[in-house]
Amino acid sequence: MNVHEYQAKEIFAKYGVPTPKGIMVESVDAAVLAAKELGGPVWVVKAQIHAGGRGLGGGVKLAKSLDEVRELADEILGMTLVTHQTAAEGKLVQKLYIEDGADIKDELYLSVVLDRKLEMPLIMASTEGGMNIEDVAENTPEKIITIPVDPAIGFQGFHGRELAFGLGVTDKAEQKNIISFASKLFKLYMENDAEMIEINPLVRTGSGEFLALDGKMGFDNSALGRQPEILAMRDLTEEDADEVEAAKYGLSYVALDGEIGCMVNGAGLAMGTMDTINYMGGTPANFLDVGGSANAETVAKGFEIILKNPNVKAIFVNIFGGIVRCDRIANGIIEATKITDVNVPVIVRLDGTNAPEASEILNNANIANLIVADDLGDGAAKSVAAAKGE
Amino acid sequence: MSILVNKDTKIIVQGFTGKEGSFHAEQCIDYGSQIVGGVTPNKGGQEHLGKPVFNTVSDAVKTTGATVSMIFVPPAFVGDAVMEAAEAGIELAVIITEGAPVKDMQAAKAHATKHGMKTLGPNCPGIITAEECKIGIMPGMIFKKGNVGLISKSGTLTYEGTNQVVKAGYGISTAVGIGGDPIIGLSYNQLLPMFEADPETECIVMIGEIGGDLEIQAAKLIKEQITKPVVAFIAGQTAPKGKTMGHAGAIVSGSAGTAAEKMAALEAAGVTVVVSPAEIGLAVIKAMAKK
Repeated sequence: MNVHEYQAKEIFAKYGVPTPKGIMVESVDAAVLAAKELGGPVWVVKAQIHAGGRGLGGGVKLAKSLDEVRELADEILGMTLVTHQTAAEGKLVQKLYIEDGADIKDELYLSVVLDRKLEMPLIMASTEGGMNIEDVAENTPEKIITIPVDPAIGFQGFHGRELAFGLGVTDKAEQKNIISFASKLFKLYMENDAEMIEINPLVRTGSGEFLALDGKMGFDNSALGRQPEILAMRDLTEEDADEVEAAKYGLSYVALDGEIGCMVNGAGLAMGTMDTINYMGGTPANFLDVGGSANAETVAKGFEIILKNPNVKAIFVNIFGGIVRCDRIANGIIEATKITDVNVPVIVRLDGTNAPEASEILNNANIANLIVADDLGDGAAKSVAAAKGE
Repeated sequence: MSILVNKDTKIIVQGFTGKEGSFHAEQCIDYGSQIVGGVTPNKGGQEHLGKPVFNTVSDAVKTTGATVSMIFVPPAFVGDAVMEAAEAGIELAVIITEGAPVKDMQAAKAHATKHGMKTLGPNCPGIITAEECKIGIMPGMIFKKGNVGLISKSGTLTYEGTNQVVKAGYGISTAVGIGGDPIIGLSYNQLLPMFEADPETECIVMIGEIGGDLEIQAAKLIKEQITKPVVAFIAGQTAPKGKTMGHAGAIVSGSAGTAAEKMAALEAAGVTVVVSPAEIGLAVIKAMAKK
């Protein structure tokens, strides 16, 4: 789960990680009032959406007067922002963050992520702030420093010194500031079950202080149950409505841009099914994992979500029944076609426990549009043919 | 021979009396696995599925001599359960539970390593030595005994792969589900050398997916140490960037962790890489014929 910049900064503030002062608003009038309260003389008007690249997309602008704040707030609020991280249709801006302008001496980069190879959090920092860090990693990898921190010992002095010297911070007061900044950031990373924190840019001010000018945070979904304050920050309008709806029924769904809807049990087999469709010359319309215990209700819901996509020309149901018996799933599919109006060919492959009984049930059901397949390859081939109208 | 577990392996179940734990423990017993007891706090002294229940793993190990624990406790308690098993002297913890917080697994795995305990999972189907010992939730009847070792991040692809191996006329020595979370226990690089050393295993099927770089590390190890033929499939060639595909660890971050780079690395290491899981059976036939 991700949060907005203003929410990340609320968490930063709670832990004493310095940020410029700012106020989240949802209307133009409130933006002007917020600017007055902050005092100026310059403000930054920032679109709040869950995507990076907001500045380049025209969603972050500098205002030098209250009139300009009004003008910019009016322009940005309600705009559809397209960045390299949004989908092509962009995202509607419904919230703004009005922030004090900062006295920027230079821009750095700081993040905390989970290093899957080292199996511990990793602090990454660079003097090349304000740029896409992947480009920095690609072009000038020597400008990125990485410091793994074992949670069993926590953030120690030597981690801080590696960071300060690595960034070329030589002034003693500044060293103290950056070490304190990183130490607090690490603490909040651990205590909130964060998956990643990225501050880009981290700015050094004229007076040698460090401020989080931006803030991006993602959290471990598996830990949200014990992080009620974080969970309360979830903004469902920033998430794909179909994915949210699917999740309510225990289905894991991701929309794609192809023509063959997929309903599969297990994430690995679901991806393998998409890959096989692609290999056979078709295009998958979605990823959908119905989970380990598919039943009539979840299968019906799966059909409903898949069929919302107007591009779908055929549906491939690919189930490997393990503990779940295939004959029960076959009955589930028949029930599901009664609940939901399925108006495209449905190719069904059921393998595993009681598969022969399942084929018989499906063959005897006389459902129009239903095609039984023998195995994964056969099912994918039949789906591709059906989608082409063959 | 086989790897890690066999007909003599003594197993306890943590979360023994819960719904999932009971159901699957019973299936394992029916398969012939030596489940010698289980652990559920405050139910010590009772009997469940005809086996003794203990309050602590330590009590269970002392009384039964179990070396493996199958863990079914709810996600929030997985870290605790793994650390308890490690300190009680368990040698291998098989963690079936899905949805354990990453931070807990990080700490639990570090603690297990310190105590010399191996872990499998979390969020995995378990491990099975065909016709001897099943520790997990896989459908036992599809695993015919044979000479192909299998390692997979995905449960249903383990079944798909096994089914094809069996339909191709071969069978499984041991099949290991390693799970698809960001932090997992035993992985390709610990399991591949075990299969290499196992006289019963003649060919290895490895099934990976997008995210992380375990498959890239495996390619390096295969090139240097593995002489037996390896067939691989990497799921998620058609997965979009930046989206978690069901498994918490299955995500392409930026340009890292793509199926294409993993497939290329494995191919360069001499592995037969198939582009669809539907091709696994045929690839195994060819690999076994070439040997």
